[in-house]
Amino acid sequence: MVAVKETVDTVAELERYKYGFTSDVEQEFAPKGLNTDIVRFISEKKGEPEWMLEWRLAAYERWLAMEEPTWAAVKYDPVDYQDLYYYAAPKTKEGPKSLDEVDPELLEIYAKLGIPLKEQEVLAGVQGAPKVAVDAVFDSVSVVTTFKEELAKVGVIFMPISEALREYPDLVRKYLGTVVPVSDNYFAALNSAVFSDGSFVYIPPGVRCPMELSTYFRINASQTGQFERTLIIADKGSYVSYLEGCTAPMRDENQLHAAVVEIVALDDAEVKYSTVQNWYPGDAEGKGGIYNFVTKRADCRGDRSKVSWTQVETGSAVTWKYPSCILKGEESSGEFYSIAITNGHQQADTGTKMIHLGKNSKSRIIAKAVSAGKSDSTYRGLVSVHPKATGVRNFTQCDSLLIGKECGSHTIPYIEAKNGSAQMEHEATTTRLSEDQLFYAQQRGLSEEEAVALLVNGFVRDVLQELPMEFAVEAQKLVAISLEGSVG
Amino acid sequence: MLKIDNLHASVEDNAILKGLSLQVPAGEVHAIMGPNGAGKSTLGNTIAGRPDYEVLQGSVTWNGLDLVELDPAARAAAGVFLSFQYPVEIPGVPGLTFVRTAMNAQRRQRGEDEISAPAFLKQVKEAAKNLKMDFDMLKRPLNVGFSGGEKKRMEILQMAMLEPSLLILDETDSGLDIDALRIVSEGVNALRRADRSMLVITHYQRLLDYIKPDKVHVLVAGRIVASGGPELAHELEAEGYDKYLPNAA
Repeated sequence: MVAVKETVDTVAELERYKYGFTSDVEQEFAPKGLNTDIVRFISEKKGEPEWMLEWRLAAYERWLAMEEPTWAAVKYDPVDYQDLYYYAAPKTKEGPKSLDEVDPELLEIYAKLGIPLKEQEVLAGVQGAPKVAVDAVFDSVSVVTTFKEELAKVGVIFMPISEALREYPDLVRKYLGTVVPVSDNYFAALNSAVFSDGSFVYIPPGVRCPMELSTYFRINASQTGQFERTLIIADKGSYVSYLEGCTAPMRDENQLHAAVVEIVALDDAEVKYSTVQNWYPGDAEGKGGIYNFVTKRADCRGDRSKVSWTQVETGSAVTWKYPSCILKGEESSGEFYSIAITNGHQQADTGTKMIHLGKNSKSRIIAKAVSAGKSDSTYRGLVSVHPKATGVRNFTQCDSLLIGKECGSHTIPYIEAKNGSAQMEHEATTTRLSEDQLFYAQQRGLSEEEAVALLVNGFVRDVLQELPMEFAVEAQKLVAISLEGSVG
Repeated sequence: MLKIDNLHASVEDNAILKGLSLQVPAGEVHAIMGPNGAGKSTLGNTIAGRPDYEVLQGSVTWNGLDLVELDPAARAAAGVFLSFQYPVEIPGVPGLTFVRTAMNAQRRQRGEDEISAPAFLKQVKEAAKNLKMDFDMLKRPLNVGFSGGEKKRMEILQMAMLEPSLLILDETDSGLDIDALRIVSEGVNALRRADRSMLVITHYQRLLDYIKPDKVHVLVAGRIVASGGPELAHELEAEGYDKYLPNAA
């Protein structure tokens, strides 16, 4: 009977988080725990050059000397770093993969997730959508990357970073760790030591990438941490739009996801980086869910370079994430558009850092937080202006929407202007979902849940509009799903 | 036919409606007039099912359907439309999106197919034209920054689109200048039909020059204290509500 009840509960829960299934894929694991042998194991598995192993070992040494940060407004059970698998990969033959060689079971999983891995397909549910190239990362490894040949014709390199380390070692070495140094923070150091895959993107000078690039991360194996590393280099005058999506099975345990994303934008280059983060958030009682401890940073090295981060954060039990821009180039510009939705027992401490070093650099921050249930959400942001950076401008807007009476929302903006010519604007609002608005929508025929979804989608609209069309549709639905059961 | 029988309702433990009875047959327009605080808006909100408006006693049925048991969305799908005295602003949701979402939500509840985008657009353009509304206004977030008159027009537009069978107009004339009043009234009159009932709640007789009622009811202290033809409205305008007030005798 217990089993029957469990099945019923699981099915009920599945409807809320439809990506929560686990898949039986034959996998190989590295032994549990973390030590130099594991670091060597991962490096060897990937056939990495010697310098890369040294780099990893150095990162591991740094990590050992560091302490887990505690300043974020989140509470969670301590992670036992020796009780994790640092490497889990589906058993397949090594070497370059074409779609025909990919395990059909894996293809089926991605089909179930709505991710197009066949090049003639487009993202699920979007008709007439343009082509999207996908790099699919399953636990610790990339299983397939689509449209590689078509992209190669215009000189765009899009491949798993493990492959790039073998094929373009000099290019990777030149940029890896230059935006997020090994010792930047505890999780970045950990990632540098044990990252197993992720995407590598290089856009040559003057090239406008002909399609959206995307990486789709899936955690499948139990007791496994995912540590992916993404490196995007936009050479002079180039443009690329990159999307990232993530899901995980529902498990009682908390799983660790500690990624590092580095972006380099040279003169006149533009990078648009969008994330729809839908990791498993844990169940209604707050059990299980992903710890999403991520370091994302862009270096706007070139003059007039531009990087725009857009994130829709609906998943994870705990989120610790501050996609940032270092605005070194003159007239460079950084943007951060964020929607953070928390429900149930979720906690999110997220925001951005805009470091203005270049003259006349600009930044714009629009952060929308929606908290429901017993969740807690914090916007934490830094806008700093270097003494030599004249003519800097920043606009920041942080809006919070509270649904119900048991959730919390906080805004912690840090502003440091060391040059008198800087112009900074900060606006912040906190509102409760209004009963008048809810009744108005219900009077016109919307159910309570439909009304909440509509009102919240209206609240986050400014940010949704920044997403590429293919993702905006998906994100809009996600907003509704994440808030199910938040009222009444 | 709208049938209200001995309705007692309270808001936050304050008894407002105290034994109100009323019948509006199909095809008729009835006006509810009364002084401030008589319970006029409470009546409209109670019929529409606003949360916190508690029915303590009595019944409200629409064509035999017990409305009290239904949630607000189900009442809307059954044909109940309340034009709000103060229509709310909905930031970030364009009027077009709102109206289409509402139409489809009602259709789904009734087991009908959703309206196609071209059919919707054609219909909404026509409705906007009839109300002399600039179509671009429908692309803006619903009611945000609209004038009082614009908001009321938006209410009538939604009414025209959703095609309800029980139309409740709560102080629709408040905040309207004379031109807007005429346009809005024409919009309402165009919706008069043999199978529709209308309840026009108003403080002033002025609106009833434009929307001619079949019957006028005087609502005082939570009850209907007098009913009559259109002439009753003129009488009230001239003499006020004094003689109906409980302490007048």
